[in-house]
Amino acid sequence: MKRERTMRWVIGIAAVVASVIIFILPFAFIIIQAMKTRQEASELAFTWPTELAFVENFVEVITQRDYIVARAFVNSTVLTVASVTFLVVIAAMVGYVMQRRASKIRTVANFFVLAGLIVPPAVVPTVWVLQTVGLFGTLPGLILIEITFGLAFSILLFRAFVATIPRSLDEAAIIDGAGPFRIFLGVILPLMKPTVVTVIVVQSVQIFNDFANPLYFLPGDDNATVQLTLYNFQSQSSNQWNLLFMDILLITIPPLIMYIFFNRQIVAGLTSGAVKG
Amino acid sequence: MRAGRARKVRTLGTARHAYPLWFYLPAAVLFLVFFAIPTFASFYFSLTRWTLFDQEFIGLENYIQFFREPQLYQSFINTLIYGFVTSGLKVVIGLALAVLLTSALVGRNYLRSVIFFPVLVSTIGVGIMFKALLDPFDGVVNGALETLGITGPGWLTDPDLALLTIAGIDVWKGLGIACLIYIAGLVAIPQEYYEAARVDGASKWAVFKSITLPLVKPATGTVIILSLIGGLRSFDLIWATTGGGPGFSSDVIGSVIYKQYQAGFYGLSTAGNVVLFLVVTAIMVPISLMLNKREIEQ
Repeated sequence: MKRERTMRWVIGIAAVVASVIIFILPFAFIIIQAMKTRQEASELAFTWPTELAFVENFVEVITQRDYIVARAFVNSTVLTVASVTFLVVIAAMVGYVMQRRASKIRTVANFFVLAGLIVPPAVVPTVWVLQTVGLFGTLPGLILIEITFGLAFSILLFRAFVATIPRSLDEAAIIDGAGPFRIFLGVILPLMKPTVVTVIVVQSVQIFNDFANPLYFLPGDDNATVQLTLYNFQSQSSNQWNLLFMDILLITIPPLIMYIFFNRQIVAGLTSGAVKG
Repeated sequence: MRAGRARKVRTLGTARHAYPLWFYLPAAVLFLVFFAIPTFASFYFSLTRWTLFDQEFIGLENYIQFFREPQLYQSFINTLIYGFVTSGLKVVIGLALAVLLTSALVGRNYLRSVIFFPVLVSTIGVGIMFKALLDPFDGVVNGALETLGITGPGWLTDPDLALLTIAGIDVWKGLGIACLIYIAGLVAIPQEYYEAARVDGASKWAVFKSITLPLVKPATGTVIILSLIGGLRSFDLIWATTGGGPGFSSDVIGSVIYKQYQAGFYGLSTAGNVVLFLVVTAIMVPISLMLNKREIEQ
């Protein structure tokens, strides 16, 4: 018994040490580089800066190239909030009806949800569709794309969760004379709060961190999203490592805040959805 | 037929109006316009020389070019290697870590959050970070190896190594999700099984092999499916670390699609998309069928 307890400590401490080297040090490296002057950062050394330039780097990242990073933050925020809001409502509606009502449409919808999870989006034809409807290179266009690509996963989570809500609640609302939209918004959606939180957090992080879709569907500096701004500080010949790392640091803050606030819900929602779904 | 339908409506009428089919509508429109139409159109456009405004039908020429040009063909092989390596490592390491993190361990909660943290950082950010850490001359990793008397390789600059290095970074970043799914799977296993095994005096390895491993299969299925889909489609991380280089040694189909798009070869780019579609479907459909079947048998 005593031997087992010592083993527990030995393994635990070994794991903590390993985790510090493998996971903590790389992030410490980012933070330290973000504090250095350009010259010192270019050495990429894991040393404490001799001259602190944290505030200067921060100001420079934000103001460089006509405040492109600041504008990108606005763009990414609008993109994320709008996409996730619509995504939650639209996917919840589908998940609800899909779980409750058997129909031919359900069979078709099931197939498309699976297809949406597996099939890689066809990039250039999507550009072509966006151009045809006049939304290529616009924020609303990218919002519609992000909603579409997030649908399959979100519907799966919602459908699995609706199954845990007793039908008698719907029936009670029907007897009270509530219309379908009232039942959905007034009864079902509030009960789905855990899944709503999971979808919000997972999709926000995903959309905020998305690189490929903005790259393809929202090109150009005017509409840059935060992930694309990282390319401002990289060039063929020399990188401005200090600014690059400051930028990484800044764009990691929003997902981090999400995580700190919703840590438990993400884990619970993700695992129940992922293992059962 | 009609009479039967009418009867059905009458009996279920009250219940049905609560679940209107038009709730499908917004999702269906988006899905149709921005997913289904582009997917179907891609089959046609992949057979054309395409400028987005004009298209000229050229048959299978794009595909012939894709598989005849060594660097394009290489991307096909690389995609398979990348997908299977990342997925395999995530299963093995993810399960091992999850077993460790569900045992009574010092610092367990800290470890869980730390492993999950990279999931939150953007892939491009992670890519840039590792590009700096793994720099063959100035990088911290090779610096540390040097103090141990080892000359580190050019992790991302050696053509033989670049793809595997990126796969390693991918595992580093995505391990948190695999681990989380496994933790959920492990926690769901009833403790009685373990107690019974302990009474029987089974060794730790025997317990793992005949209790944990079979009962954690649904989680394994989820991890394999998620990581394979992600791995086969990968683009961001490769783009941020090597851009497909050195040469074309770490190009995958995803990066080829982008390169051809950038160069204005829209037909060829779309052919790459169709190839990716076929690869992913050919691998994922049998795997998900197999995994689903197993789950039912249980």
